[in-house]
Amino acid sequence: MEQLLVFIRKEFFHIFRDRRTLLILFGLPVVQLLLFGFALSNEVKNIRLMIADNAGDVSSQELIAKIRASRYFILEEQLADYSEIEQKLKAGAIKGALIFPAGFGNDLSGAVQLQLIADGSDPNIAKTMFNYLNSILADYRQSKTTSLPDYRIEPEIRLLYNEEGSGSLGFIPGLMALILMIVCTALTSVAVVKEKETGTMEVLLVSPFKPAYVLLAKAIPYLLLSLLNFTLIVAMALLVLNVEVKGSLFLLFATSTLFIITCLSFGLLISNVTSSQQTALLISLMGMMLPTLIFTGFLLPIENMPGILQLISNLVPSRWYYLITKAIMLKGLGIAYIWKETLVLSGMTVFLLGLAIKKFSIRLQ
Amino acid sequence: MKILFYLLQKEFRQIRRDKSILAMMFVMPLVQLVILPLAMDFDVRHINLALVDHDHSTFSRQLISKIEASGYFKPVSYTSTYQDALKHIERGTADLILEIPSGFERNLVREKSQQLGVSADAINGVKAGIGGSYLAQVIADFNAGIRVQFNPAPPPAGTIMLTVSNWYNPLGAYKYNVVPGVLVLLLTLIGGYMAALNIVREKENGTIEQINVTPIRKWQFILGKLIPFWVIGLLVFTVGLAVSWAVYGIFPKGSILLLYLFAMVYLMAVLGFGLLISTYSDTQVQAMFVAFFFMSIFMLMSGFFTSTDSMPAWSRTISNLTPITHFIRVDRMIILKGSGFNEVQKELYYLIGFALILNGWAIRNYRKTH
Repeated sequence: MEQLLVFIRKEFFHIFRDRRTLLILFGLPVVQLLLFGFALSNEVKNIRLMIADNAGDVSSQELIAKIRASRYFILEEQLADYSEIEQKLKAGAIKGALIFPAGFGNDLSGAVQLQLIADGSDPNIAKTMFNYLNSILADYRQSKTTSLPDYRIEPEIRLLYNEEGSGSLGFIPGLMALILMIVCTALTSVAVVKEKETGTMEVLLVSPFKPAYVLLAKAIPYLLLSLLNFTLIVAMALLVLNVEVKGSLFLLFATSTLFIITCLSFGLLISNVTSSQQTALLISLMGMMLPTLIFTGFLLPIENMPGILQLISNLVPSRWYYLITKAIMLKGLGIAYIWKETLVLSGMTVFLLGLAIKKFSIRLQ
Repeated sequence: MKILFYLLQKEFRQIRRDKSILAMMFVMPLVQLVILPLAMDFDVRHINLALVDHDHSTFSRQLISKIEASGYFKPVSYTSTYQDALKHIERGTADLILEIPSGFERNLVREKSQQLGVSADAINGVKAGIGGSYLAQVIADFNAGIRVQFNPAPPPAGTIMLTVSNWYNPLGAYKYNVVPGVLVLLLTLIGGYMAALNIVREKENGTIEQINVTPIRKWQFILGKLIPFWVIGLLVFTVGLAVSWAVYGIFPKGSILLLYLFAMVYLMAVLGFGLLISTYSDTQVQAMFVAFFFMSIFMLMSGFFTSTDSMPAWSRTISNLTPITHFIRVDRMIILKGSGFNEVQKELYYLIGFALILNGWAIRNYRKTH
């Protein structure tokens, strides 16, 4: 036991000696969270739309004013033919063009057709633009028919968990999962292999120190640092991003500790099977980055993926952790709703840690 | 010149010798090129709907069957209380609750107006928004039907049809948007990580001292480090283009020459960036973490996942200050729209600027002695 403590102290010395790495370790996640928390959202806004009003009458102007009043578009009114529109689309100056037919106002009692030309090279914007315009049109039509005898059904829409309708709320637990996953895994992924590379492993192995202790002593300092880091991240989310933790803070910390251990185990596994820091870091940072981004589920909808990718997504720990934090932080739910996810994470941890210990060779090549 | 040649020979040998690195550079990017377009599909297709019908009337049943027939919604539960329906939202199995109050039909007939309760899980704002507006559409349709039913001869109401044509991508398939973006990501990963790591490794292992004491000049050493990755990057780009043509049927509409011109300049810019990181780091861990930090900014803010137009102004500025944003924009323009030199030349100047600044800064900062 005392041996272990001494060893842990040594590891801490190593970590604290490298001030620069420490600064990076604590500074970067915070900056990332703040930057992305403010900048990213799934919402589509500021769509540059060109309006070719060939009618130029009261009704068309009325409708255009309605479109302008919605906060989704930046309008550019200009009479243009197809070749001009094409030129602007090609140069990326506009995302679409809405064309009013001549005599729009006069035909309004019958059937009028508006044409939208969208830049399909960005399907998300094209589709959203169509949806926005469609609902503005429906509104406009409704306002024209209010003179009808009224049989009105009004849906009253309530936004649960997110009353202000903030577009980035769901991103915050996702970002936390992403940052923790990559930082924790990458940190420990060099822990063992560094000793191998610099030759100090030999010294450790010939000492009377138990091999399992080596792993444990490597993991514990990083666990503590990661917890500190996590606390910092949560504090930032609370204070700067104004996200409130609706559920139990204790539960959030408990599950986060579990997730951190999962990541540390994964990092140790990488460290034990690689032979250079370079390879370990390439796997844990460059290799893990995209899968984590894709499969955590906050950026891309997993339910739209092909079945095989959905299966793969189950193997990514951050996906489960994202579900857990979303439930605790944003929905305010208790353990009854997340025991399954917690169990999956526990299972992964046991498996990864077991494999890491098994792969820890006590003989050098 | 001869010295540079030998240096290049050494670098290529070292890269070739390390099979795991080689695999990382070629296999991983291609796997990502195949997987990402499959994974990125932002269509809102199945909105899971929990239904609570307190009324059990003809009207409420008609409304429900109309919603079911609309094709947008997948009813996941029919419960008798709001609390039970809320459980589905909490578990994440439902996105939307529609609550039809008791007296729905009676109120509608007598008082000519009635409210419906719709509750949306707004954590996923897009799904809540689209689900809510689809539901509103179906309800409005149902509403119009009722009006006709009670007013045999309603005054003709005009209809406005909105037809849409998606140029460059008539079916609105996401792969056209994603594949060119992934090509850029691959170049970024190779340029940004590999070069930085390679140089710091020599620092950490001490082999850089051996080079420093030789008459090799600063520029020779740096070029010796950059050229191999530049060549590898272009190779990966070529393979990537071939794969996107073979697997996804996406072939550049515009000039391939122009595309390569951009790729070459862009690679110089990201390699310069990698070099810059390496001059500031003492260890591989530091270099990788700093590289990761910037890579994540590059990726998440470049307009690859979310649109840059939707960002607040300050973050659009940050986004414009990263080279990747410009190359992703141009790459999509040339490959999908066939944009020509005139339309993209501004971006080329941006990229040349980035390449000059980043490399200049890195070379200035690189010292042979400590």
